[in-house]
Amino acid sequence: MSSAPILALENLTMRFGGIVAVNALSFTAQRKQITALIGPNGAGKTTVFNCITGFYKPTSGIIRLTHDDGAQYEMQKLRDFNISKQAKVARTFQNIRLFPGMTALENLMVAQHNALMRASGFTVLGLLGVPSWRAAEQSAIDAAVFWLKRVGLIDRADDAAGNLAYGDQRRLEIARAMCTGPALLCLDEPAAGLNARESAALSELLLSIRSDHGTSILLIEHDMSVVMEISDRVVVMDYGVKIAEGTPREIRDDPKVIAAYLGTDEEEAAAVMEAEA
Amino acid sequence: MSASHPASSNGSEPVGAAFILKKAFLSALVALGLFSLMIGVRTEAGQSGQLEYWTRFGDLASLVAAVFVGSIIVELLRLWLGPRGGLGSFVPPSVQSGLSIAGRYLAPALLIFTFLVPVIFYNQRYILDLGILVLTYVMLGWGLNVVVGLAGLLDLGYVAFYAVGAYSYGLLSTTFGLSFWICLPLAGILAAFWGVLLGFPVLRLRGDYLAIVTLAFGEIIRLVLINWQDVTGGPNGVSGIPRPTLFGIPLTPGEGGLAAMLGIPFSPTHRIVFLFYLILALALLTNWVTIRLRRLPIGRAWEALREDEVACRALGINITTTKLTAFATGAMFGGFAGAFFATRQGFISPESFTFQESALVLAIVVLGGMGSQLGVALAALAMIGGFELFRSLEVYRMLVFGLAMVLIMIWRPRGIVGHRAPTVFLEKSKSISSDLVKEGHG
Amino acid sequence: MDYFAQQLINGLVLGSIYGLIAIGYTMVYGIVGMINFAHGDVFMIGGFIALISFLVLVSIGLTAVPVILLIVLLVAMAITALYGWTIERIAYRPLRHSFRLAPMLSAIGMSFVLTNFSQVSQGARVKPVPPIVTGGYTLHEGESGFVVQLSNIQIVVVITTIVLLGLFTWLVSRTRLGRDMRACEQDQTMAALLGVDVDRTISMTFVIGAALAAVAGMMYLLYYGLVDFFMGFVAGIKAFTAAVLGGIGSLPGAMLGGLAIGLIETFWSAYFSVEYKDVAAFSILIVVLIFMPTGLLGRPEVEKV
Repeated sequence: MSSAPILALENLTMRFGGIVAVNALSFTAQRKQITALIGPNGAGKTTVFNCITGFYKPTSGIIRLTHDDGAQYEMQKLRDFNISKQAKVARTFQNIRLFPGMTALENLMVAQHNALMRASGFTVLGLLGVPSWRAAEQSAIDAAVFWLKRVGLIDRADDAAGNLAYGDQRRLEIARAMCTGPALLCLDEPAAGLNARESAALSELLLSIRSDHGTSILLIEHDMSVVMEISDRVVVMDYGVKIAEGTPREIRDDPKVIAAYLGTDEEEAAAVMEAEA
Repeated sequence: MSASHPASSNGSEPVGAAFILKKAFLSALVALGLFSLMIGVRTEAGQSGQLEYWTRFGDLASLVAAVFVGSIIVELLRLWLGPRGGLGSFVPPSVQSGLSIAGRYLAPALLIFTFLVPVIFYNQRYILDLGILVLTYVMLGWGLNVVVGLAGLLDLGYVAFYAVGAYSYGLLSTTFGLSFWICLPLAGILAAFWGVLLGFPVLRLRGDYLAIVTLAFGEIIRLVLINWQDVTGGPNGVSGIPRPTLFGIPLTPGEGGLAAMLGIPFSPTHRIVFLFYLILALALLTNWVTIRLRRLPIGRAWEALREDEVACRALGINITTTKLTAFATGAMFGGFAGAFFATRQGFISPESFTFQESALVLAIVVLGGMGSQLGVALAALAMIGGFELFRSLEVYRMLVFGLAMVLIMIWRPRGIVGHRAPTVFLEKSKSISSDLVKEGHG
Repeated sequence: MDYFAQQLINGLVLGSIYGLIAIGYTMVYGIVGMINFAHGDVFMIGGFIALISFLVLVSIGLTAVPVILLIVLLVAMAITALYGWTIERIAYRPLRHSFRLAPMLSAIGMSFVLTNFSQVSQGARVKPVPPIVTGGYTLHEGESGFVVQLSNIQIVVVITTIVLLGLFTWLVSRTRLGRDMRACEQDQTMAALLGVDVDRTISMTFVIGAALAAVAGMMYLLYYGLVDFFMGFVAGIKAFTAAVLGGIGSLPGAMLGGLAIGLIETFWSAYFSVEYKDVAAFSILIVVLIFMPTGLLGRPEVEKV
């Protein structure tokens, strides 16, 4: 297993016209750990995510991903779909992006597209219905069923994703991301809009993804109770730059972090204080 | 016409006779304005080339009166159907779900009936010809459905691929003497090739822009067919295209013909029946392949693309190749249909491949309910059948067709079959309401 | 050089006509986000109404050309505007919050209705009119005998276009209606909450677009001396190309795009081949959409994730 961090950002900068959304940001996410990226609204967290997952091409800087076997990928050079296909980075979206007109099961089948394409002989063998394709399809269904069970949605497998409750949709999106078999899972505010019970279940799910499946996790989160409970490491951003980095305990006591929150968003500062207490 | 009037937008407001009359009067007034010159005055170039005109105030008056009466009837209907009685409520949900159950038996029944058409109507050439025409559009509809209904890519130039298929067969057979059965796959491949050629640059366009570019492409193909006289014969088209053979056995009277070989008396109907089953087979092939593809990763990727392109990219799906395969697949079926068209007609010209054809096929797909195979077949039957019913109206036919398109869209914007069937299920296949299904951005 | 100058003049005149139609596309696209497929046919209807009113005016004995032109212009604008209003009311308003494809098909249907309505009501044959505005100026006489001319009709077309363009630019930038339009363009829900009558504003957009198309129709009639029921389709696509080229949603862009398309078409016909002039126009549409989908003066669209 490679000893390099799974993800390393070096001097990542992203400009939109004259606005510098992310300025020379560097941090690492360690293998098989949960790294949280926090910061006040507008700090540039989602922009970082979009750079990592290929939706934006960064203005400058390097985003390096290292697999367990030592294979390295520079994400800023990959085409968008290859970030999932080759570099094995999966993501969820702040404002849930499921396929609403497809069932929960279908959503998870689409996530296994690349593996299934190969198994279907790029459609030719699948069209003929050869046994090896049927076996591959069945194992894809099995994988989907596994994740549906894991996120507690097995009863809703045949329902349209658009018909699921909000919290269910969030979990389905995580299950879908996991079905791509990721090395790194990027979650954009997975706890947003969840109630306390659902948040707790989410924390448990994320911890198990890390320990049982060996997937490293990078998450953006505003819910400090979740962040403080599950993160191994926390990176704090404000105005596009990193202002602190450390363990949850270190971050909690960092005056710069408290100032950043107090100065911008009292509610979240209160949340930090609360988590501390 | 003036439903924007505050009173009508508020259901609790009393709607009296005075209100209805006032609205009808306003509608009539608008109609008077619209038709005053266009109907009231008729122009025509006279003998000397000088433009002359005469008035038709009688026609104008009766048309305005018709609008007045029509407006009253519409208002009364609205009253009768209740406050929310838009046109959309003509089909209550209970009937809709009933339709979906009936749909399970409708498709096999329709298929069996179609197989029997040449037997039942053997002596009715007109019905057989109409059946062939309907089946051609069913096939075109199913082909375009892959692009529009599944992948959510709006293609207004589908007729271009139909033309490529028709001209491929027409030119290959008349120039090189190739047989229909060799040209058929070639026509499909060539059309698919053109589909990729067009698709490659334009597929990153979205929505209406894609629509207008495909429209322009369709027009370019037609204009080239008209102007490239040396190859395409220009406006005169290609004639003398060979009729199809039953794998080499011609359907002609005389020695080597099928009738002579079977020892039965020759009848021109044999060829019509043969053409009927040929297009039926081609249409069913299209249907079978589409149904299979939907259950394969490529088909699911098409539908996922229609639902959310961004999410697809995040799941590692190559958007470009996925769109291209949809375009090529749809184009290929269009090419097959084109080759069939050429062999049936024996003559093709650019006139058969106008924008109106593209619009007609698109209307069939949308009216059918995007993505629904049965819906598309029913829509093709209704549209082409309806079109035939109005044949006696001649010039009014396109007018009626255009009006029907507008009214159908207002009545059922999501088409006849308003639900989507999942491609895979664990316990039970639950159909998904079309309200949830997206229609794509591309 | 003289030939070039003459083509330049011709191209600018043709471009003015395309620009007037393009404004209707651009305004409607800006405010309701749909391609008004029937707009080309509204232009055709405008041409017909101009033709008929002109015939009637001449036959009742009016002889003063400027008076005739003014009356024809006003009648054509008024009645065609009513067409624009009615089309929106019948075919688009019920579908405003419907699925994206529905209004597009409804618009295509409406386009068929208009084309065939004028075919049925006025016959399929081309309607020629004698030259109404005659005369002109010789700008330059070349050594080879080639004459560069600027005809009075060309002057009329360009001046009318400039005046109306100025008028409508003032309308959408300085008046209450213009402000409402821009508000609806940004966010209809918010505009409605702030007391903008969205229905009325959208109706007015169609009315203005149709009125300008009527002007274009009349100019076409004066310039080419004929109208026919099928002229809306190709002119419509070219004007749409112009709107896209200029940057959809932008009024000056539409005019600029119109001039560009007019010039390209004229020069293509003059120097390459007349047969393929439409192919050239359509190819430009494709190339523009692919390589600069925001056009010359349009705003770039940022993809939100």
